[in-house]
Amino acid sequence: MHPLRSHKSYLASIGHRVSGVALAVFLPFHFLLLSTAINGADAMDEYLTLAEMLPVKIAEWGLVTLLAAHLFFGIRVLLLEFTHWPRRINRYAAWIVPCTIATILIATLFIIRVY
Amino acid sequence: MTEPKTKDSHLSVNVWRGGNEGELVNYQVPARENQTVLDVITEIQRFQQPDLAYRFACRVGVCGSCAMTVNGLPRWTCRTHIKKVVDNGQLTVEPLRNLPRIKDLVCDLEPFIDTWKKAGAPFSGSRTRYDPPANIKPDSPLRQAADAGLQCINCAVCYSACDVVHWNRDYVGPAALNRAWTLVNDVRHAKRQETFEKAFSENGCQSCHSHGNCTRHCPIQLNPSESITGLKKMVFKGLPKEDKK
Ligand code: SF4
Ligand code: SF4
Ligand code: FES
Repeated sequence: MHPLRSHKSYLASIGHRVSGVALAVFLPFHFLLLSTAINGADAMDEYLTLAEMLPVKIAEWGLVTLLAAHLFFGIRVLLLEFTHWPRRINRYAAWIVPCTIATILIATLFIIRVY
Repeated sequence: MTEPKTKDSHLSVNVWRGGNEGELVNYQVPARENQTVLDVITEIQRFQQPDLAYRFACRVGVCGSCAMTVNGLPRWTCRTHIKKVVDNGQLTVEPLRNLPRIKDLVCDLEPFIDTWKKAGAPFSGSRTRYDPPANIKPDSPLRQAADAGLQCINCAVCYSACDVVHWNRDYVGPAALNRAWTLVNDVRHAKRQETFEKAFSENGCQSCHSHGNCTRHCPIQLNPSESITGLKKMVFKGLPKEDKK
């Protein structure tokens, strides 16, 4: 990787961006699937069987993880840009670890609760 | 200068030759106890490649003209000791990123200087030489905010480090916005509103992604990214009011 890009705060901001783009791509499919469920009881059952399939579960888990990452790293950007930081603190490095932990926590919780 | 005694006490230095099109050329340069990247380049130019083009002036970190890309990172070569950057006896020196290359290590700074104008940089005073000087309290919040970014010497290191500039050459970049920040906080500047509007126009401060590369690499530890977030916050608060004290 280019030495200008191989540091934590760069990776954090790219992670935030990539998760955003991925969400924009995958969320419509998620909603499409959800919307089939409102076409009556049969459609709902069909949807529920679909939701039990492993690939769909994995996809949903991916979606939740992306959402969590985008949310937490988005909050990080807001904190970075809209709060005042004393100069001696490296504000770019701050919050990366808590945001990563929070994302992993949500991803794990989802696995535990769903499976 | 003492000559190195053994053959392996040489540095293997790859130097960019050519303009936008060109190639890296390898030179073997004696390794010395004390040498900067600029010393190495000078040694190549003096003893091996007389037509090697590069820029420098002060050699002590004052003028900012010696900035180049060393092993992938933008730096002032006169203030970069070889020991800090050498990688297994290897060194690669190229012109600054994000700027057109003229010849060898010299790049064209004009696009960089233009960004300053685009971000509303020229200071415009409202007093003449017959007026008394403005009475500015050094410890007033506005003055302190302006002072934080004032020492910039236009070396373009931050501009070269910025990835948003790399993706979009219309983005004015960290140095110009840092300058705009010092101006909007300078109550002597007659066109504060105009500078403010220019800093917020397309490809201005809102294009910054807060990667912080500019701040990471500024050789005099200025914080252009902090200036840019300061500008962004003005979206809510508007132009800062003049200090009443
Ligand atoms: S903080 Fe903004 S101006 Fe500085 S390097 Fe990152 S994108 Fe560029
Ligand atoms: S802000 Fe720092 S790196 Fe950027 S031009 Fe000014 S002195 Fe150079
Ligand atoms: S030659 Fe002046 S800063 Fe390096």
